[in-house]
Amino acid sequence: MDAAGHDARCLYDAANVMRWTARDACSLGVGLAYLLPSFLLFAVFVFIPLGRTIYLSLFNTRATGAISTFAGLDQYIELLTSAVFRSGLVATGLFALYTVPVSIGLGLVLAVMLNQKLRAIGFFRTTMASTVAVSAAVGSIIWLLLFNPSVGLLNYLLSLIGIHGPQWLIQPNVAIVAVSITTIWLVLGTNVIVLLAGLQSVPEDIYEAAHLDGAKGVRLFTRITVPMVSPSLFFLLVVDSVQVLQAFTQIHLLTRGGPVDATRALVYSIYLDAFQNFQFGYASAQAVVLFLLVLGLTLIQFRFVESRVHYQ
Amino acid sequence: MRLSRVATYALLAVASIVVAFPLLLALSYSFMTESEISTFPPPLVPVAPTFDNYGRVLASIPIGRYLLNSFAVSSAVVVGQLVTASLAAYAFSFLVFRGRALLFFVFLSTLMIPWEATIIPNYLTVRDIGWLDTYQGLAVPFMATAFGTFLLRQGFLQIPRELWDASRIDGASSFHFLRTVVIPLSRPALGTVAIYGFLSTYNQYFWPLLVTNQTLMRTTQVGIAQLRFEESVRWGLIMAGVIMVAVPTLALLVLGQRQLIRGLTAGAVKG
Repeated sequence: MDAAGHDARCLYDAANVMRWTARDACSLGVGLAYLLPSFLLFAVFVFIPLGRTIYLSLFNTRATGAISTFAGLDQYIELLTSAVFRSGLVATGLFALYTVPVSIGLGLVLAVMLNQKLRAIGFFRTTMASTVAVSAAVGSIIWLLLFNPSVGLLNYLLSLIGIHGPQWLIQPNVAIVAVSITTIWLVLGTNVIVLLAGLQSVPEDIYEAAHLDGAKGVRLFTRITVPMVSPSLFFLLVVDSVQVLQAFTQIHLLTRGGPVDATRALVYSIYLDAFQNFQFGYASAQAVVLFLLVLGLTLIQFRFVESRVHYQ
Repeated sequence: MRLSRVATYALLAVASIVVAFPLLLALSYSFMTESEISTFPPPLVPVAPTFDNYGRVLASIPIGRYLLNSFAVSSAVVVGQLVTASLAAYAFSFLVFRGRALLFFVFLSTLMIPWEATIIPNYLTVRDIGWLDTYQGLAVPFMATAFGTFLLRQGFLQIPRELWDASRIDGASSFHFLRTVVIPLSRPALGTVAIYGFLSTYNQYFWPLLVTNQTLMRTTQVGIAQLRFEESVRWGLIMAGVIMVAVPTLALLVLGQRQLIRGLTAGAVKG
């Protein structure tokens, strides 16, 4: 504890000093000491690997992951011209399109239902938020059973209301819907929690005022509720989209990227090319594409949050 | 008035059943025999509930070991995250030094890097240092958390500055202040980070799938998924396994709901 005792003196009112002094250097040293464990881990498992991903994407690699020859932008050109990669991107896009709006919409409907002062409302809140604790693997396996053509309940239930259910995991256009349904269910819990918190932070008097003005039902919902929770909606739009971009487990357990690459979403494609085909360079180029997409989405969110913080 | 209250409860009940339906079904199927599951129309509840599937899970896969692995790895990640994030959050809230804002930005920038974008080099690193099929290979990469640091920093900033000044005047070291004042006062925020870290580690699938090959090193999620790839799929057995794997996280949800909600909504409601 010697060093820790020593810093008591060097830290004291360092803020008042405008020039670099020995005391400044000392306080920086202490600060860095506290940050060191995190930074070491981030360097080894985040920053350097990100650099290596970009580096690998510029090379041809051996099956061991070792670099063989410089490829320049060849991997990227191959990506852009690859029909498989393009169908993977289409799958990712459809997946996001099916999943994100529905899961947010459903989440909002449930959150509005749950935003009432009733006895035992806590029980309903916990139940409807329960999928937040369910892992992607557990959820996917249960849905695998539901989609099963011989013992699955889903098509039987659909037949009760006169709908002839499809072969969920066998038809290419339907398989991506099946993966989306599973994902909607998995993210629903988070969406309910976030939107309920958003609704609860809306001041009561806004509703009272709207009520006095005669706003009711759908009008109240679209004119008051939706705008008031728009920060939460926007947050989920970004978070859920990033989740879809990162999806792996559902695809691995439900469809394995098939049938005929119809569900070969971005991360699953990285997995196949890196860890099944051992083309680490080519897979790294796809990882760079993933990084840029997530980066773009997160930057949009940061900007949005920043612009909102001002008038708090 | 009475009627509308009944209607409200009815609506809530129906919605709850729909949302929980997959989980309820898994629970129900876990008590059915395989022959009952394959009857038509598909049954909803077991005619004669049996625990046989649970016994068969225990006999066919080392699920106790999977649970042990998952708990060991998740606990290690939680402890690691609490230590690294407390130290970093403390530097970002109480300590004053040049470049602090820049370093904080560097921290937050890790939130923009998806784990999957770095998974190839990380796999190569862990393989090259001989960490495949080890607890450290499963846990160490996740022991730092920018999100947790951010959450703790928010909590630390609530602590009155006067306490810090008083401690300085007493000549106590900065580490002493962290240990004796900041940590005890920040239990709720630490709880949030712990629950969040545990849940997300326990539920991981991709990374454990890559870095474990030996059966005995598998985590619950990967272990249970192996049942899906067996030749003859036994749904009753699989659902019993699914329930055994899901119960710890569902229990955590019920017990730590408040902390979890705080974590999930940290970025959403107040920006």
